[in-house]
Amino acid sequence: MGQLLEVERLQVAFRTDQGELISVDEVSFELGAGETIAIVGESGCGKSVTSLSIMGLLGAHGSVKQGDIRFNGETLTDSSKDQLRRLRGSDIAMIFQEPMSSLNPVIPIGEQIEESVRLHLKLPRKEAKALAVEMLGKVGIPRPEAISKEYPHALSGGMRQRVMIAMALVCQPKLLIADEPTTALDVTIQAQILELMKQLQAESGAAILLVTHDLGVVAEMADQVIVMYAGQVVEATDVYTLFRAPQHPYTQALLKSIPRLDEHNRARLPAIPGAVPSLQQMPAGCRFHPRCPAASERCEQEQPQLMSAGEGHRVRCWIAASAEQERVDYAAVEATA
Amino acid sequence: MGRYIVRRLLIAIPVFFGITLLSFLIMNMAPGNPVDMLINPNTPKEMLELKKELLGLNDPLHVQYLKWLGGFLQGELGYSFSSFAPVSQLIGERIGPTLLLASASLLLGILIAIPAGIISAVHQNSRLDYMMTALSFLGTSIPPFFLGLGLIYVMGIELGWLPTGGMTTLGGTGGIGDIILHMILPVTVLGVTIAGKKVRYVRASMLDVLQQDYLRTARAKGLSEFMVTNKHALRNALIPIITVVGAEIPLLLGGSIIMEQVFQWPGIGQLTMEAILSRDYPTLMGLNLIAACIVLSMNLVTDILYATVDPRITYS
Repeated sequence: MGQLLEVERLQVAFRTDQGELISVDEVSFELGAGETIAIVGESGCGKSVTSLSIMGLLGAHGSVKQGDIRFNGETLTDSSKDQLRRLRGSDIAMIFQEPMSSLNPVIPIGEQIEESVRLHLKLPRKEAKALAVEMLGKVGIPRPEAISKEYPHALSGGMRQRVMIAMALVCQPKLLIADEPTTALDVTIQAQILELMKQLQAESGAAILLVTHDLGVVAEMADQVIVMYAGQVVEATDVYTLFRAPQHPYTQALLKSIPRLDEHNRARLPAIPGAVPSLQQMPAGCRFHPRCPAASERCEQEQPQLMSAGEGHRVRCWIAASAEQERVDYAAVEATA
Repeated sequence: MGRYIVRRLLIAIPVFFGITLLSFLIMNMAPGNPVDMLINPNTPKEMLELKKELLGLNDPLHVQYLKWLGGFLQGELGYSFSSFAPVSQLIGERIGPTLLLASASLLLGILIAIPAGIISAVHQNSRLDYMMTALSFLGTSIPPFFLGLGLIYVMGIELGWLPTGGMTTLGGTGGIGDIILHMILPVTVLGVTIAGKKVRYVRASMLDVLQQDYLRTARAKGLSEFMVTNKHALRNALIPIITVVGAEIPLLLGGSIIMEQVFQWPGIGQLTMEAILSRDYPTLMGLNLIAACIVLSMNLVTDILYATVDPRITYS
């Protein structure tokens, strides 16, 4: 049984003045209907590029170079522009990071939602309008009828993000891609928006692909998590395992760098030394090895593949893999004994 | 909005009087006087003095201005020194053709500039873009009178396809078709000049808008590129263009003085030229008045349009 969304060994390249740059490499994951997967990572690690490549919105300079994206059994990477366009906004919808600038300032918000409805559901204007107002009500906009005639500048950031969610969900997509949906919002509004997304997901059964750098949001929302570093998936697992037993040194370091209220010592928060390598100068071997406390000689030379590290847990790390290998060997010895 | 318009109109009144005063002073500073231009040089000096006295030209300047102002406030613009016809009648006859020529040229200019600017921006740095850019520089750089004379020579004289000037065929039956035929050349020249300047603005404004996040949202909705460009992007790109087009209108009136000479177009541009040459003070004052009215009202219209197109701007 195929999953709703399958991304296999995705490689995305951008044409630049300095030649071609590989921005995302070897990204694979699967997402079932109704599930939530989170892509976590630092700025520039390829999270947003991955999500945009699913939408086919990489822009004029970007393209999927290798790998497949399959949605509902259809290979998106082979689809024509028109086929992709028909999927966008109907079966796959997206909400963006910047609610302040993601709405068209000169078109009333009701009309911006209606556009989608008339395009995909082919409803006449009057019914589209009614549906848009209904949707605004669903996302918790007060006086939806009146607000639908307002322009975006009259609304606050949280309200605009609600409008974006209404716009994304109005055609009942099977997959909602949320690219840092709460990053630009106040903390209290963040919680409301996440709550709203969860509630609407429960009602509609949509799968969510959540792009974020906020591990708090991951814990709140996700079933599965993939951690990205320098354009690659470094660890993929379910959310409990990620927080309980992270395997990749990068994931471990990320988790350690979250400030905790229950720790009383005033030691400095551990930070990951160094910086994310630039796309032009990727280190050989494991891309994390220059910043990794446990790097060995092998890590400097050989690039690790994504290897199994237990049930549904994959990790791109030589050290974690050899530890897992030992565990498997030990279990085998135990079993034969 | 209503209150805003009233307030703007009230502010326009002192500006308006300022314009009439300034143009009156500048006009009187110009060398020569109407009588010299009017009368045979052999006329005895006493006769000239008498004529001057009759026309009120020996009064101190402020008295002359106040006399004119008094007349104006009673709805009286005086009589032309050279043709002795009422100024209001002279202007009334000529304003129509000028407005026709100017608005048709502006329309043509916009109709060329907007699509050309959009194409240029959407295909930024492509050959098409470079070609548009080159054409726009050509349109801006060629002096209109030169382009006008060239077109008259080629289309009017060599090929004989179009009339070389005027608004109607002399002795012809007239009619709209005849006027349109006469409009083709002058409207083309003015339109091309306007378009050359405006294409750059449309392109720049469009390029700016094409970077915006909300276009990604529009694409994420599944809208076609055509809708994304011509609905979502263009509506935003037009906002700054309105100001630029509004600012073009005074220039267009100034430019028509030369164009109407080249094409013998019977508008206020030609009237202005004749009035300047004969130092016809009352006619010049009347023309200044009209120009000030047009410019002030167009500025107001531009500001109102601006608020209509951009919901973020409100006037109160």
